Amino acid sequence: MADPMHKNCQALLGTLSEYIDGELPADLCQVIEKHLEGCENCRVVLNTTRRTIDLVQIPAAAETVPADVRERLFLRLNLDDYLNPKK
Amino acid sequence: MSEKTAPELSIAALRAGDRAEFARMVDAYSMPIYRLGLKMLGNQQDAEDVLQNTFLNALTHLADFEGRSSISTWLYRIASNEALMLLRRKKNTVNLDDFQPADAEETPLPEVFVDWSALPEDELLSGESKHALDAAVRQLPESMRMVFFLRDIEGISIRDTAEILNLTETNVKTRLLRARMALREYLSTYYSERMTREEKTDG
Repeated sequence: MADPMHKNCQALLGTLSEYIDGELPADLCQVIEKHLEGCENCRVVLNTTRRTIDLVQIPAAAETVPADVRERLFLRLNLDDYLNPKK
Repeated sequence: MSEKTAPELSIAALRAGDRAEFARMVDAYSMPIYRLGLKMLGNQQDAEDVLQNTFLNALTHLADFEGRSSISTWLYRIASNEALMLLRRKKNTVNLDDFQPADAEETPLPEVFVDWSALPEDELLSGESKHALDAAVRQLPESMRMVFFLRDIEGISIRDTAEILNLTETNVKTRLLRARMALREYLSTYYSERMTREEKTDG
């Protein structure tokens, strides 16, 4: 993938997102995996793209909005009588 | 807006004007909408405006909500419109860019091939790294950023993302690939510089 990217690498790049999301048919995955075995740059791009997505995903433990933000929202919506208790 | 954790809300009660049910809906969906505002606008004040306007708008249009899409899709659609409107209002000037479909150009090819994916988690998510990650997301063009936010940050399917943004699934996929590639490139530059810096300090 270094100097002008190889044609196969460019083709792989086009399918990378769907490959990561597991949305490609098995035969196409095999072709991709075969290419990956022999192409270090493509492996790096795949690994680092996967990691990039991992890093941004929100933690499973859902955050909540700050208390003052919630309070102003409820006031604005005339829902202040439902402010407490939460839910 | 993780469908998994969303409580069962009664659309009938919401449409009938049940305020307690509306309050439950607000609590269930506030955080993802606030987060959308934060990621798209980049500051708390604007995120709060997006949050308030989304629910005010939802309240006004509740009677028209027919339940054809899920509540979360409906709310996300309102929220993404609010966020994009606010972004445009703040920019003041209109760029030629805004009129060019994000899908027109080729996806740029990768240029940095440093494998930082095996760096330990605490290093990847240190305060400084988190800051770099947020900055990276913020520099994405807004049409890509919205798709990336819905799909990769919130974990919404391609189909629902397309429905929320009124795009085709192909458009969503193209923007997603570009956003992922752009972020990867940005983070690769950032982490490879860090790795070099640390090597120097270590030895």
